[in-house]
Amino acid sequence: MRKEWEGFVTGSWTEQIDVEEFIRLNYKPYDGDDSFLAGPTERTKECYAKVQELLVAERKAGGTLKVDASRIMRINAFGPGYIVPGKDIIVGLQTDEPLKRGICPFGGIKMVREEVAEFGETLPEEIDKMFDYVTTHNDGVFKAYSKEMKQVRHLGFITGLPDAYGRGRIIGDYRRAALYGIDYLIEEKQKDHEMIASRHVMNEENIRTAEEVSNQIIALKEIKKMAESYGFDISGPAKDVKEAIQWTYFAYLAGIKEENGAAMSLGRTSTFIDIYAERDLANGVYTEEQIQEFIDDFILKQRVARHLRTTEYNELFGGDPMWITEGIGGVGMDGRHKVTKNSYRFLQTLYNLGPAPEPNLTVLWSEKLPEPFKQFCAKVSIDTDSIQYENDDKMRPSYGEDYSIACCVSAIQMGQQMQFFGARCNLAKILLLGLNGGIDERTGEKVGPQMEPVGDGPIDFDDAWKRFNVYLEWLMELYVNIMNIIHFMHDKYDFERSQMAFLNSEVKRLMAFGVAGFSVAADSFSAIKYAKVYPIRDENGVIVDFRTEGEFPKYGNDDDRVDEIAVKISERTIEELRKHPTYRNSVHTLSVLTITSNVMYGKKTGNTPDGRRAGTPFAPGANPMHERDNHGAVASLNSVSKINWDTCQDGVSNTFSITPEALGKDRETQVDTLVGLLNGYFERGAHHLNVNVLNRSLLEDAYENPEKYPNLTVRVSGYAVRFNALSKNHQKEVIARTFHQGI
Amino acid sequence: MKGRLHSIETFGAVDGPGIRTVFFMQGCPARCLYCHNPDSWSLDGGERDIEIPEILHWAERGRPYHGEKGGVTFSGGEPLLQGEFLAEAIRALHGIGIKSAIDTSGTYVDEYTEAAIAECDLVLLDIKHTDAERFEIIAGRKQDTLFQLIDLINKHDKHVWIRNVVVPDINDTEEDIEALNEFIKKVRHVDKVELLGYHTMAVNKYGKLGITYRLKGVPAMDGERLAQLRALVRVPSAE
Repeated sequence: MRKEWEGFVTGSWTEQIDVEEFIRLNYKPYDGDDSFLAGPTERTKECYAKVQELLVAERKAGGTLKVDASRIMRINAFGPGYIVPGKDIIVGLQTDEPLKRGICPFGGIKMVREEVAEFGETLPEEIDKMFDYVTTHNDGVFKAYSKEMKQVRHLGFITGLPDAYGRGRIIGDYRRAALYGIDYLIEEKQKDHEMIASRHVMNEENIRTAEEVSNQIIALKEIKKMAESYGFDISGPAKDVKEAIQWTYFAYLAGIKEENGAAMSLGRTSTFIDIYAERDLANGVYTEEQIQEFIDDFILKQRVARHLRTTEYNELFGGDPMWITEGIGGVGMDGRHKVTKNSYRFLQTLYNLGPAPEPNLTVLWSEKLPEPFKQFCAKVSIDTDSIQYENDDKMRPSYGEDYSIACCVSAIQMGQQMQFFGARCNLAKILLLGLNGGIDERTGEKVGPQMEPVGDGPIDFDDAWKRFNVYLEWLMELYVNIMNIIHFMHDKYDFERSQMAFLNSEVKRLMAFGVAGFSVAADSFSAIKYAKVYPIRDENGVIVDFRTEGEFPKYGNDDDRVDEIAVKISERTIEELRKHPTYRNSVHTLSVLTITSNVMYGKKTGNTPDGRRAGTPFAPGANPMHERDNHGAVASLNSVSKINWDTCQDGVSNTFSITPEALGKDRETQVDTLVGLLNGYFERGAHHLNVNVLNRSLLEDAYENPEKYPNLTVRVSGYAVRFNALSKNHQKEVIARTFHQGI
Repeated sequence: MKGRLHSIETFGAVDGPGIRTVFFMQGCPARCLYCHNPDSWSLDGGERDIEIPEILHWAERGRPYHGEKGGVTFSGGEPLLQGEFLAEAIRALHGIGIKSAIDTSGTYVDEYTEAAIAECDLVLLDIKHTDAERFEIIAGRKQDTLFQLIDLINKHDKHVWIRNVVVPDINDTEEDIEALNEFIKKVRHVDKVELLGYHTMAVNKYGKLGITYRLKGVPAMDGERLAQLRALVRVPSAE
């Protein structure tokens, strides 16, 4: 046995890669409270102050501090960089300076050219010229798209597709670097390669995989070299907690050095690292204060990670997110919860380093989590608005005990699975298209199958439902085919070698589809069913508005009459998607999640039968439409909890804002109440909750006086942002959301 | 049996312990100066009628959130104006294992009150003012009903949360709080005493309803002053 493993309980993990088993055999559940936690050291304060200073400068510069277009981002494109030279204890930056952004052109050179131009930089001629000969992912996709595919994309039926930049949502099991060291991982990959390349039938899949594994091996060697540049030899396993953090971080860092994927999750590292921490504490190698300091520095590094983005991109995914998502807590298959002291230490960074959107700390909630931990999480939410919650009791049966969260709400088994990210389609527009019989309501363009438009009304519910289904059927086929093209090309031209190096060589794949305009579609159908809806046509006969007479139930009030329509919409969508075969036999999944693209989707959608005006933002994710959930927080949560996660395994996102006064008159009550809300919501089978505890007036003041609130963090949609980093339009939409208030 | 409903709030965290499903019942005999629900006064106003099965439905929908401490609160308006309905609703809720609180203004007692009090698990009792004359000025009702209610509460050994809205110049002196401390000794089981600061958020409602707002110009209760007064409160059973 390796001497770095001394003191660990051995199992088959010593003979083959099995981090999950290593954790199960070695972690110690912690049932105590937060009293053991250490505050920030002087060194931490100094580094944090430096970061604060840089963040202010970044905001003053309009959101991007520095761009370096002189070279293509690769693992070793830049030499070492530090936040405070000589003071960093967990080292490594994407470039050679904090907050400096580089270019990742293999997803799409076009976007890089735009990005660079926006910041007044120019691309060096040799890089520019190079892409006369090199095909990017973006080039490949557009060579394959049909006219109709381009049309639905351009009209806004499907938006935000990762066809011009890195797709993201891949989570390497970066813990492997710490537990095994890079050399062992290379050996294993070499064995895999030999096995795959020696198969009797070298079909496309085997050839592709063999090439991919070779590329992963090259990446692993480069990662070793990168670590060497910082003075570390990571060929062998980590020997203590500091090294375990450092090795894991180097592995993660390689991914964000060369890939600009939309979401670059960290995975599930806290309980893994705790095993090293416990061993070191027991052996007197490090103190609690030192361990907290390592964690603080690890988190601080993640807070200065950045990708270069265009203004257009920011309109979709507002607030400059990286989605460095880390899953905390949860329960094992043996029934023991997985909360450790390190679960607390990760959350403690929100005190030691102040509130912040990244990393995207995600508590995997279970009824079995220890009460003191639930209380601590609620306290952190109330104090910082920086964390989100996802239902471990829902996800565990499908994804096992060692999954993590890609982006906002998408579970992936660590080391075994990857995801093909697929943005989302616009449900409200599909309904409008059905009523118009195949004419886009905004442009008058013909799209999809053509049929007679709906009559003068009142619109018959069954007719509207039938029409919706005709166009859903048509669009979902197109959607699957578009996704197949995108991911074929991404694998071909922008393969994520450094992230995939930390996954099994033959991974299982999920293809993640999504919907937007969920509550608008449900409320519109409800209006058609329970009120009287009359179409209003323009001079060309295109339905551009509706006259709605009478009351109708609205999603978000725990009213089955409309909530059942919402459920049915999600079920019909995944049913249609599953009819169509996917690239690399990936499994179809569906999310009800919008990021901040609910604003953009709303912009591209005309008037709807629920009374929403053209261009008005949708509610985010599975949220009820703004202010329509007016029977209290429980009714609102209950409505969302009806969306069956089994049909939406890529996640059902709900962003929830409540005033502190509504939670109770004193801190103790507020914490208890929030724990009660989370318990109740998840017991109902709901999947996800973003929690903001604040008053609307605070956001209104921050809207007017941004300089007063440099660190104000809010959860927006499966992730958090610094409020100031949102565009004014996104800020307005967040302010317009329902704030559950005291009675 | 039917009750008259003002509205349902599925999430209440400030009207009794834990998370509560709150039924605001329509109708109130009092006309408190600072009432923030003037739309709940009229007996024939309100949203609609509600029957016991619907009460049970909403309570059931709230059950996972209630936890060990929470449950249902009947508020108003003055819920005891519908004492017969209340007693039956609370009995039915007990039948499905859900506890209930009655949030009362103490301004109304009739032949059904005792049954409702006997059935409930907690009373939130508004004192308004310890002084009879001032009580009448604030509530527009005699204080007698408050004493009758306290007798019923004690007779059935019910636990009580005392509540008192503190209004500048009406009951915001140290002496007022001292009087309150004395007054609440009449209640056998006081679990909690809550001083609620007067606020002006309801003023607009009056305008919409065309009712004169009689505390015009009175500022909202100062938070710091309220905290000072809170420190003077003595919970009798805690002594």
